[in-house]
Amino acid sequence: MRYITNTMKVKQISVFLENRRGRLAEVTQVLGEHNLNIRALSLADTSDFGVLRMIIDYPDKAYMVLKEKHYTVRETEVVALEVADHPGGLAGVLKILNENDINVEYLYAFPERESVDKAIMVFRFDNVDKAIEVLQQHSINIMEARKVYNI
Amino acid sequence: MIWQEKIECMELAALKELQSERLVNLVKRVYEKVPFYKVMFNLKNVVPSDIRTIDDISKLPFTRKTDLRDNYPFGLFAVPMSEIVEIHASSGTTGNPTVVAYTRNDIQLWSEVMARTLVAAGATKDDIVQNAYGYGLFTGGLGVHYGALELGAAVIPISSGGTKRQLKLLGDFGSTVITCTPSYALFMAEEALEMGIDPTKFKLKVGIYGAEPWTSSMRREIEARWNSKAVDIYGLSEIIGPGVAIECVEGQDGLHLFSDHFYPEIIDPDGEKAVAPGETGELVLTTLTKEGLPLIRYRTGDIVSMRYDRCPHCGRTSPRMSKVKGRTDDMLIIRGVNVFPSQIEAVLLEIEEAKPHYLLVVERVESLDQLEVQVEVDEKIFSDEIKRLETLEKKIQREIESTLGLVVKVKLVEPRTIERSMGKAVRVIDKRDLYEKTKNV
Repeated sequence: MRYITNTMKVKQISVFLENRRGRLAEVTQVLGEHNLNIRALSLADTSDFGVLRMIIDYPDKAYMVLKEKHYTVRETEVVALEVADHPGGLAGVLKILNENDINVEYLYAFPERESVDKAIMVFRFDNVDKAIEVLQQHSINIMEARKVYNI
Repeated sequence: MIWQEKIECMELAALKELQSERLVNLVKRVYEKVPFYKVMFNLKNVVPSDIRTIDDISKLPFTRKTDLRDNYPFGLFAVPMSEIVEIHASSGTTGNPTVVAYTRNDIQLWSEVMARTLVAAGATKDDIVQNAYGYGLFTGGLGVHYGALELGAAVIPISSGGTKRQLKLLGDFGSTVITCTPSYALFMAEEALEMGIDPTKFKLKVGIYGAEPWTSSMRREIEARWNSKAVDIYGLSEIIGPGVAIECVEGQDGLHLFSDHFYPEIIDPDGEKAVAPGETGELVLTTLTKEGLPLIRYRTGDIVSMRYDRCPHCGRTSPRMSKVKGRTDDMLIIRGVNVFPSQIEAVLLEIEEAKPHYLLVVERVESLDQLEVQVEVDEKIFSDEIKRLETLEKKIQREIESTLGLVVKVKLVEPRTIERSMGKAVRVIDKRDLYEKTKNV
């Protein structure tokens, strides 16, 4: 049975940052001032610049706030998966994706507090709809977006 | 030593008569042969018979780089293609290069003024000239080459780059004259020392440096490092290439401009009137004798001042221009190559649909010019994926290199980091200090 997949797509906010002192601190400061909570984040960097990716509890508000402050912001759809929290857990998920030709652009961990034996990973897929279909077919648990924002 | 003493030391009255005669012939020729000039003359209500002496030149219209651009590629030629024997191209303000062309007589003219140039620098036919100006579409390399052939000196067409080989030939061949950009001369000296070679021990007696601005303190440094004289050469491809003006080695006190062929006027950069003698203004040149691509009152964009007295060091009467003091526009010279910020803008526009905000930062690092193109990352070009951003950086770099022949560093920066001043974005930060600060030559 196919679930409505929109509830499974999580809005991630990406921000372009130069590799200058204080840039990261400024962004987090702005979010804090507007009562926005960062649930998870990842910073990918080159020698000149970085891309800060964040899961924020109110992504639309965060997008507006950052835009107003003249940051270059983008909203991207990602998916949060439950991965068994033992050796081989992640490998198992990646194997399934690989076998079904789903490409993972990047991924990062999500701090999890509720369950003991499950870890949450945020995935960016090149084809998110196909990915969700494959994951569901293999009974991999996808977290609902609103749970991700409010976890 | 003077190559053509009769002309180069001509009495000013006789020189003026020669220039007048040549101008009269020139205006007749361009009015007849170049449609663009016929139109321009008509707009100013002037016909060839209105021009009787060189002083009547102020009645004539100006020619600007945009006119060359608008008539790209061959619209301003005064002769049919069958008479053209050589075509060169240099930087244009946008996508198209500036095209210049020579008839056989023009090549002879070029050879003549370049022979004068080499001799003014102290060269004779016994000399070995190591020509490290770029050969190709750039007029620097071939200009020096033709001059050396005319003079009878032995020219080594080594072109630019390949520093190890430059130093080897300087040593093994015993080159006595070198021609290259002043920044390359400094760079080579540093490289030599790093290789354990003492550049003062070569047989060099003089270097002819130009294609970019350089100060008198740079001159002192080059002379010290190479233990040889350093003279300044000036030219521009629209007029002939190198060979417009040269310092005499005896004086190194102003560049002798060959006004029997290239008539100079110093014009108020914001207007059309000549400044008082000795004052600073924009150098405007008229090619009195060129056949293929004659230009009337061409606005060079170079800011100089001029002296008209006989040179006390060498006796030449050709007027002496100061070193170039600045530009009227935003043109940059990077390692001897003219670059207009608008050229880079044109490339960026082709890559991104919307006009990106960009900034050009020019620095001289270890004697070599480096140009960094900073591009603001706005929503349109921001990709969440690092590899796409890096690909974009590389793409911009490749496009600039392939279109302009310029190797640049590309840096993506945050929006609004590039200052907007008074609604007009500041496009260039030049951290080098290349123009003389004093008022004197």
